[in-house]
Amino acid sequence: MSSSETPPSLYEAREPVFPRKVKGTFRSLKWLIMLATLGVYYITPWIRWDRGPALPDQAVLIDLANRRFFFFWIEIWPHEFYFIAGLLIMAGLGLFLFTSALGRVWCGYTCPQTVWTDLFIATERWLEGDRNARVRLWKSKWDLKKWRLRLSKWFIWVIIGLSTGGAWVFYFTDAPTLAVGLLNGTAHPAAYTTMAILALATVFFGGIAREQVCIYACPWPRIQAAMMDEDTITIGYREWRGEPRKDSDAVQSGEPMGDCIDCMACVNVCPMGIDIRDGQQMECITCGLCIDACDDIMAKTGKPRGLVDYFALKDEPVERAGGAPLPVWKHVFRPRTILYTVLWSLVGFGLLFALFIRSEIDMTVAPVRNPQFVTLSDGSIRNAYDIRLRNMYGDMREFEITATSDAVLRVEVEGEEASDTIVTVAADETTLVRVYVMSGRGEAASAAERTDIRFWVEDLESGDRSHQDTIFNGKGN
Amino acid sequence: MSKKQDNKKQDEVETTGHSWDGIEEFNNPLPKWWVWCLYATIVWAILYTIAYPAWPMIKGATPGLLGYSTRAEVAEDIAAVDAANAELIAKLAAVDLTTITDDAELHGFAVNGGGAIFRANCSQCHGSGAAGTTGFPNLLDDDWLWGGTIEDIVYTVTHGVRNEQSLDSRYSEMTAFDEILTDEEITGVVNHVLAISGQDHDPAAAELGATVFYDNCAACHGDAGEGMDALGAPTLTDAIWLYGGDEATITETVRYARFGVMPAWSAEYRVGSGLDQAEINAVAAYVHQLGGGE
Repeated sequence: MSSSETPPSLYEAREPVFPRKVKGTFRSLKWLIMLATLGVYYITPWIRWDRGPALPDQAVLIDLANRRFFFFWIEIWPHEFYFIAGLLIMAGLGLFLFTSALGRVWCGYTCPQTVWTDLFIATERWLEGDRNARVRLWKSKWDLKKWRLRLSKWFIWVIIGLSTGGAWVFYFTDAPTLAVGLLNGTAHPAAYTTMAILALATVFFGGIAREQVCIYACPWPRIQAAMMDEDTITIGYREWRGEPRKDSDAVQSGEPMGDCIDCMACVNVCPMGIDIRDGQQMECITCGLCIDACDDIMAKTGKPRGLVDYFALKDEPVERAGGAPLPVWKHVFRPRTILYTVLWSLVGFGLLFALFIRSEIDMTVAPVRNPQFVTLSDGSIRNAYDIRLRNMYGDMREFEITATSDAVLRVEVEGEEASDTIVTVAADETTLVRVYVMSGRGEAASAAERTDIRFWVEDLESGDRSHQDTIFNGKGN
Repeated sequence: MSKKQDNKKQDEVETTGHSWDGIEEFNNPLPKWWVWCLYATIVWAILYTIAYPAWPMIKGATPGLLGYSTRAEVAEDIAAVDAANAELIAKLAAVDLTTITDDAELHGFAVNGGGAIFRANCSQCHGSGAAGTTGFPNLLDDDWLWGGTIEDIVYTVTHGVRNEQSLDSRYSEMTAFDEILTDEEITGVVNHVLAISGQDHDPAAAELGATVFYDNCAACHGDAGEGMDALGAPTLTDAIWLYGGDEATITETVRYARFGVMPAWSAEYRVGSGLDQAEINAVAAYVHQLGGGE
């Protein structure tokens, strides 16, 4: 120990951030994206889609109770979960692509945390005023005015949170029915609980925790660094143009001043509370608001725009030497991004292909192995199979079950007349039937140890066919 | 997380003031709320161990103030299931079994419950797949010693076969012919049985055996060996043999007879471990739908 002073604190309180209002290209883009993403999120469950009487008419519905996922004209069953997995892989690869090309563009524009935080800050600004007013309010005593402003802000935040959680539960059940149920208090407790949890989480993450979620909680920014290189478009400060800034020691000692007038506009608008002139840093979500703020100042001081700007690290030495930067597309099109695009497209085409070739009817065959066969009194050998028939159509279908084999076999369905092998399967359901297959006394399949057989199921209405191979066990002597 | 607006450079991280051999310890402070979260989890853990069973003692763990136990929860769940099924169980005990398949819900309940009862009580002899084994009938086939209608099955399960528990048990006794018939007659009757069941046999012996069969066996097994369900006398013309259909086994059966038994499963006869009417109906419904029910 070399020091006997009081040690500095090992923990630090959050420095509150009061982002100032800003106007400009990227701010407008952010408003548009907020409108689109939140609009899609809030409105989607209310879109109707007629699927006939047996199926729900909600365009997008995750029906957990019946284990179905409806997406407009597509219906996904649990055994087709690979579609969801595929979409998640595509989402992952898409993020890789955008991150390697455009940096943390997901974080800056479309991440729900960013979008909702933006919305909550907008609400706060609308109620409490712009940056300076909010700083004053924050420092002021808890008088009547402060209570009034704070309470009305929290109230609106909770309303936003509730509609967020509300929109979420509407994806899982019929939205109009649930909406009525929620209002008259008859909805399932799970709906209220989910809404309450999501409302609180939204208010907490978007209203209170804000940038701390990105900095401390989210793993994605830490992973993103692995996808970025010198060609990735990111936000930076052209310090060779801006420095030395006004009022710095260098300027005071007579050096010519750079473009930066040290007006702090870029710092004051930043929702993450950082100074972009310190260089690209961990907290930056590349939302572009500092660019808008600085461009505004540059216009006023009659300097070219882009002192703070999106650019690639690779251009820095070129620009420093007075050269022109590469056009953006030359940064974006490079082996890495092309590879991500190819992988993304491959998965996408694979999924589309799987979607188009999938069958609306299907079956699974489970031979009964305990016992492998039964000898009947006339000496014939009987095998039993549990067959599950799947009808993915929206109406009731009649399925005929047959079996083909080199040997002569008779097929019967448990509970049906001997000659009747037609089974009715309800709309959008599966049905389990026990099927008996018989081979007469002394016939080939009875005597053989094993005989290959193939079950066929045919939808009598559409003519769709599906088959499963299995074996018939005989006495083996 | 505002960087102070004093143009502090990134590399000017504060140090804690600790220094060993010239190596300084940087201070990158944790956010305060993070520390409070840690304390909150500690407080939570302490309260949790007070409220719920937690600390292991010599006999069991501390019970916790809330008196929660997983065992009690399971008991509650079981009671809840029983209560939910009470109506079905009452219906099952009173149902006319010949029409049980008309009520899909009741039939499904009976078959599933009957399957569980079968595996617990019957599978030891009849096998988990109900295929039986030598001396214990296969319940999957279309041959029944005492009848294969669902009501016959209920009777057999209730009273059993050849036991002393129930006076109404299925009862019959085959004669051991070892000292009654001569060796020649036994060989003859065995060959006759081989003949009527379509197996290789000695025609001359079988011809002699036909008379012996008519005199000694037909009373129970029928003139043509077709058997009789009322007496539990097996059909001798089919391909199904409880003890085996080869010459040696049939000879053994004729000489020393067979005496297969089955317990009476009704709680009336098996006090404490028997089945009630609903359970008997369930197991009968299960056995009846295995593939051989009449």
